[in-house]
Amino acid sequence: MTSKAKIHLDRVAKTYPGSKVPAVDELTLDILEGEILVLVGPSGCGKSTTLRLINRMIEPSGGRIMLDGEDVTKANPDKLRRRIGYVIQQIGLFPHQTIAQNIGTVPKMLGWDKKKIAARADELLATVGLDPEQYRDRFPKELSGGQAQRVGVARALGADPDIMLMDEPFGAIDPITRDRLQNEFLRLQEELHKTIVFVTHDIDEAIKMGDRIAILGERSTIRQYDTPERILAYPVDDFVNDFIGTGSTIKGLNFQQVSSLTLPDYPAIRPEDSADVARGKLDAAGEEWLVLLDDAGHPQRWLSTDDVAAGPSTYGEKGEEVGDTLNQDDTLFTALEHMVQSAAGKSCVVDESGRFAGVVEMAHLNKAIRRAQYEAQRHYEEMERA
Amino acid sequence: MSDTQTLERDDAPAAGVPEPDDAPKRVRRSPGEVINSLSLVIAPVLIAGLGVLVFVYYRSLDLENAPTQQRSALDWSDRLQPQITQHLTIAFWSSLLTIVIAIPIGVMLTRPGLRKIAPGVLAVANSGQALPAYGLLVIGITVGGQGQRTAIVALAIYALLPVLRNTMVGLEGVDRNLLEAGKGMGMTRLQVLGRIELPLAVPVIIAGVRTAVVLTIGMAALAALIGGGGLGITIFSGIKLNQTPVLLIGAAIVILIALVFDYAGALAERFLKPRGL
Ligand SMILES: Nc1ncnc2c1ncn2[C@@H]1O[C@H](COP(=O)(O)OP(=O)(O)OP(=O)(O)O)[C@@H](O)[C@H]1O
Ligand SMILES: [Mg+2]
Repeated sequence: MTSKAKIHLDRVAKTYPGSKVPAVDELTLDILEGEILVLVGPSGCGKSTTLRLINRMIEPSGGRIMLDGEDVTKANPDKLRRRIGYVIQQIGLFPHQTIAQNIGTVPKMLGWDKKKIAARADELLATVGLDPEQYRDRFPKELSGGQAQRVGVARALGADPDIMLMDEPFGAIDPITRDRLQNEFLRLQEELHKTIVFVTHDIDEAIKMGDRIAILGERSTIRQYDTPERILAYPVDDFVNDFIGTGSTIKGLNFQQVSSLTLPDYPAIRPEDSADVARGKLDAAGEEWLVLLDDAGHPQRWLSTDDVAAGPSTYGEKGEEVGDTLNQDDTLFTALEHMVQSAAGKSCVVDESGRFAGVVEMAHLNKAIRRAQYEAQRHYEEMERA
Repeated sequence: MSDTQTLERDDAPAAGVPEPDDAPKRVRRSPGEVINSLSLVIAPVLIAGLGVLVFVYYRSLDLENAPTQQRSALDWSDRLQPQITQHLTIAFWSSLLTIVIAIPIGVMLTRPGLRKIAPGVLAVANSGQALPAYGLLVIGITVGGQGQRTAIVALAIYALLPVLRNTMVGLEGVDRNLLEAGKGMGMTRLQVLGRIELPLAVPVIIAGVRTAVVLTIGMAALAALIGGGGLGITIFSGIKLNQTPVLLIGAAIVILIALVFDYAGALAERFLKPRGL
C-alpha cells in the first residue's frame, strides 16, 4: 500500500437547504490509495451525505474535494462520476435491462464497442462469482437478493474505476450471505487494490472490512480515525467506546497472530515416559497440566498430575483430548476460542508439520492486549505532542 | 379491463421453508397476468361478434324500401364510408396532437425546476376536462372558425389530461433509487430520462394514450356539430329526423371503432412494456 492520498477532503461541508445545522461540518479526511476506508457511525450522523459529497451526488456547500491531487470540486460531475464506482444500499439495478446491460452501463457511456462491453460484462460476472452463461441475459427480477448485490458490485466495477464508493452495500441481506459476500469482496480487493470508501453503521462490519475506520459522530465529525486494531485497543473517548460496544478488547484479538507471541517451553511427554518423568516435568515447570505427544511429536492429550500417576499404560485413557490446535498464523481470537473449550484452559500450538510447538494461555492474551493498548496509547500521546 | 394488480402477490415463499438469499428466484406467472392474457384473446372475439351483429342489423333494414331520408343517410359508399374515414382522420390527428403536447409537458413538469408548478397545471388540465366538450367546440369556433381543423385541436385539448397525468404519474412512479444509481454512474439528466425514466414509465404512459384515443374517437362524433364531419353527421341526422335505425347504426360504428382501438391499446400495453418488468 502506497501512502499517497488518493482522495483528499479539505474542510468539506454540507448544509441541506432548509436545515440550520450542517449535515457535514468541515470534514477533512485523507483516503489513501488502495485502502478500504470505512465510515461508520450512528444513524443520521451523515455517512451517506459524506459519501455522496465525494462523487458530488450532492454539491458541497463549502470546502474542496481532491482526487489524485486534482481539485474536482468544480469539475463536470457526470464525467467525475464515471471515474468512480458507486454502489448504493438499495442496489438499484435497472429492471428493464439485462444483467449484462446493467453491468455495461458505464462502459457504454464511455463509448466502448459492443464486443468489448459484452466481454467485460462476462468477465465481471465471473469476478463476482456468477456464471456468465447463466446470468448475463437474465433480468434483475430473476435474481435473489444476494445475487443482485453481486451484480451491483460488478456494475460499479464496470469501467474499472480506481475509486469505489459503497453505501451499506451488504446491508439488506441475511447474515450468512452477508458474511460470504464480505469475504469474497475482501479477496477481490486483494487483487484489485481499489481505493474504497465504505459506509456502514455496523461496527463489526467496519472492523472486518476496514484498513482504516473513521468513526463519525453528529454532523459527520471524526471522533476517531485509525486502524481497527488501534481503535479497539484504545477508544479515544466515551462516544467511541460506547459505539464499539462491549467485547471490543476481545475483538481486538482478531488482529494479532499466534506468531507474535514468544512461547516459553511447556512440559510435554512421550507415550513411553514414566510417571516419574512426567511428574518431574510438571514440578519443574510449576504447571498443573502437561501435553501428551505421540511418537511423531503431535499433541494428543492434556494430562493432569493425577492422570499421569498410573504410568504410560493408562495415558491413552486419562485426561482430555487436546482437540483443535493452533497454527502460527491463527489469530489470538481463535486461540481464545480454543482455550475456553479446552480442559486445561490453554491451547496447543503446532508447527507446519503438526508437531507440538508450545502452548498459548490466558496470560499471553492478557499481555498481548495490554501491549496493544499501551502501543496505541503511546501512538496517540506522540500524535498529541507532534 | 379490470384492475388485477391486487392478484399479483403470490410470489411469497412457501410457508416454513425460508429460501437462502443466494438461491435463484423462481419466476412464475401470476394469476393477474394469466387473466390479462386471457382477456387479450376474448376481447377480439366479443368485438367481432358485435361487428357481425351490427352488420346483420344493417342488412336487415331493407334500405330499398325505406324512407328516402333513411336510405340516403345510411348509404354505404356515399355517406358511411366517407364519414368513417373523416372520423378516423379527426381522431388520428387529434390523438397525435394530444400525445405530442401532453408527453413533453408531462416530462417537463416532472423535472426538478418545474415540479413546483405541476399541481397548478394539473388543476388547469382537470378543469379543462370538466368543461363540457361541446363548450370547448364552441370556444373553438370563436377562435378558429368552423371545420375539421378546429375540431381536431379542440378534441386534442380535451384529451390532454389522461396523457399528461399518466406521463407524470408514470415518471414519478419510477423508483428513486434507480435515478440515484443512474446519476451515480455518471448519466446526464437526459440519459437518466431517456434510458431509465421513460422506458420504465412506458406502460403507464401507454395506458394514458389508450384512454385518450378512445375518448377522442367517442368525442369526434361532436365534430359534426361544427362542420368537422365524421360519423356524428349520421348520428345527429338520426336524432333530428327521428330515424332510430340511422342513429343506431351511426352510434354502433363509433362504438365499434372505439372498441377496436381500445383493444389495440391493450395489445400495445402488453407488448410495448419493457421486458424485465
Ligand atoms: N436530501 C436531504 N435533505 C435534507 N436533509 C437531509 C437529506 N439527506 C439527509 N439529510 C439529513 O442529513 C443528516 C445526515 O443524513 P445521512 O443520510 O447522511 O445519514 P447517515 O449517516 O447515512 O444515516 P443512516 O445510517 O441512517 O443511513 C440527517 O439528519 C438527515 O436527516
Ligand atoms: Mg445512509
